[in-house]
Amino acid sequence: MPNLAINLEGFRNIVPELILGGVAVVVFVLAALQRTSTDIKQSPKGAAARGKKRWQDVLFTNISALGLIAAFVFLFYPSRDGSTTLFFGLMVSDPLSTFFRALVIGATFLCVLLSVGSPSVARDRKGEYHGLLLVMAMGMCLLAGSNHLLMIYVAMETVSLCSYLLTGFDGRLDRSREAGLKYVLYGGVASGVMLFGMSLLYGLFGGLSVQELHQAIAASSALDTPVGQWAALLAVLFILCGLGYKIAAVPFHMWCPDVYEGAPTPFTALLSVGPKAAGFAVLIRFFYGIFLAPGDMENLIPAADSIPWVLVIGIISAVTMTVGNFIAIVQNNLKRLLAYSSIAHAGYVLMGVTAGGQEGFQAVSLYLLIYLIMNMGAFAVVSAVDRLHNSEDIRVYQGLGRRAPLLGLLMAIFLFSLTGLPPTAGFIGKLYLFAALIHQGGFWYVALAVVGIFNSVVALYYYARVLNVMYLKKAEEPVVTVSVGNMATVLATLLAIPTIVFGIFWQPLAKAAQWSANLFH
Amino acid sequence: MSHVGLEHFLVVGAILFTLGIVCVLTRRNAVAVLIGIELILNAAGLNLIAFSRYGGQSLEGSVFVLFIIVLAAAEAAVALALILAIQRRLKTVDVDRTDSLKG
Repeated sequence: MPNLAINLEGFRNIVPELILGGVAVVVFVLAALQRTSTDIKQSPKGAAARGKKRWQDVLFTNISALGLIAAFVFLFYPSRDGSTTLFFGLMVSDPLSTFFRALVIGATFLCVLLSVGSPSVARDRKGEYHGLLLVMAMGMCLLAGSNHLLMIYVAMETVSLCSYLLTGFDGRLDRSREAGLKYVLYGGVASGVMLFGMSLLYGLFGGLSVQELHQAIAASSALDTPVGQWAALLAVLFILCGLGYKIAAVPFHMWCPDVYEGAPTPFTALLSVGPKAAGFAVLIRFFYGIFLAPGDMENLIPAADSIPWVLVIGIISAVTMTVGNFIAIVQNNLKRLLAYSSIAHAGYVLMGVTAGGQEGFQAVSLYLLIYLIMNMGAFAVVSAVDRLHNSEDIRVYQGLGRRAPLLGLLMAIFLFSLTGLPPTAGFIGKLYLFAALIHQGGFWYVALAVVGIFNSVVALYYYARVLNVMYLKKAEEPVVTVSVGNMATVLATLLAIPTIVFGIFWQPLAKAAQWSANLFH
Repeated sequence: MSHVGLEHFLVVGAILFTLGIVCVLTRRNAVAVLIGIELILNAAGLNLIAFSRYGGQSLEGSVFVLFIIVLAAAEAAVALALILAIQRRLKTVDVDRTDSLKG
């Protein structure tokens, strides 16, 4: 039974996903038990019940955190330098997938820590909240390793369904439910259109896995006729619609600001990094897995010339960063501002995808890793301020630099890094992206890099506007000074250190990213 | 035109897809938008089944459709739960009137 043996081999490679799924089940069961026990008592003894709930919060946080750590360890425990397909080509295990799985597990871990004591999640809902987070982490890991259109769809829906529920999780606010509804409607349309594209691709080339499609496209005569070319282009555009929605690229970005504003702040932090990173992994694997020439990381197969997808991604990149940055200028809510900033960053990372080749993939991996650190940090500060003022409006940031010098300083570091100013990690990330584009050499590549540089200047304006409010404006009303002893502040401080350190010693990060720039094809 | 072939299925699929998109873009009732999404998903499913049957290479397309049906049900459950929650608080399911988030 050789096939069975191959399948069992596959299970060894998805141990992290199995751990995450298993821990999620445990958390859901515990949450259900806890709900029934509190329902029976109906707690007349208020203080004792509240103490118990706080204890349960700690319990769920610890279980999820331990599960994520275990998943992270087992991701590297059997060494994963080789590339293999698993489960008859449904999934693939290669450095690219391992890197992005580590990245999304790390992002979920930070989100779990950031959720400790967050007012957005009711105490008696903590169990379900953490269970959904773990399932979402599992989905993102599967998405990073998907190698087959069916697997891409299933993993993406797993991530999406959990995101819809978690977005609508803030029971205190109508805006949270509204955001959830908008998200599910936009998401449903995007995944439906993507499916239609997949069905066309299946019809044209008769395969669903990336390798089958690669061989079929290289050998097919369907691309010789204009009709076949148009059909293939349409299929690719439809699929790009679903993937672009996941990474929040223009014109599929409309959900992004509303959802970021409505969702519980710790979850917004995860949403801005995790699904985006997994989406980029699948974008690279789908396009470059199909169109790269075999055994070569730089050159594409000749059939790729008949479908202008590099041009399309380049145009989307330029439009995405421009729209994101210009709309961010007029935002007065910090979460919305960071939402448009995250759209703009998706545009920057798409520059790396456009450049392609080992250098381009390295730049994408490196940038997303740095983006994880700095953006999570910025959201940690927003979350800390949210706990004080119950608002993310830019007005509550007035004079923050004087009222809470630590929070002000941390926010300044993260905003400088998001702008891409040296000596922060954000500068290194941008440097690699621009270098990858310029080394490609063609006129349009350089033009895209110029658009990117122009956009960085625009970005400086609105990030500096926040700094201006924090340091140069006085608070309208006297506000109590800020106590800084909560988890969000601790986390922001811990994230600020690598933001600076990796701006000066970036070699280890660049090495890891270079290792990851190696996809099975 | 004596027997039904691949093209017929593809035409029906394309019509369903277009109707779904039009429904999503024009209807303001959240439940109606959800129906539009179901139309789009079923258009894709019909295409996959037709290609699987007439392309003749593999059953992969038919298996794919089973997954689509299950996930569409899960998505409908989540969407309807959110719609119900909004209906209870705001007494409306009109997506134009749930507009506290703007900008």
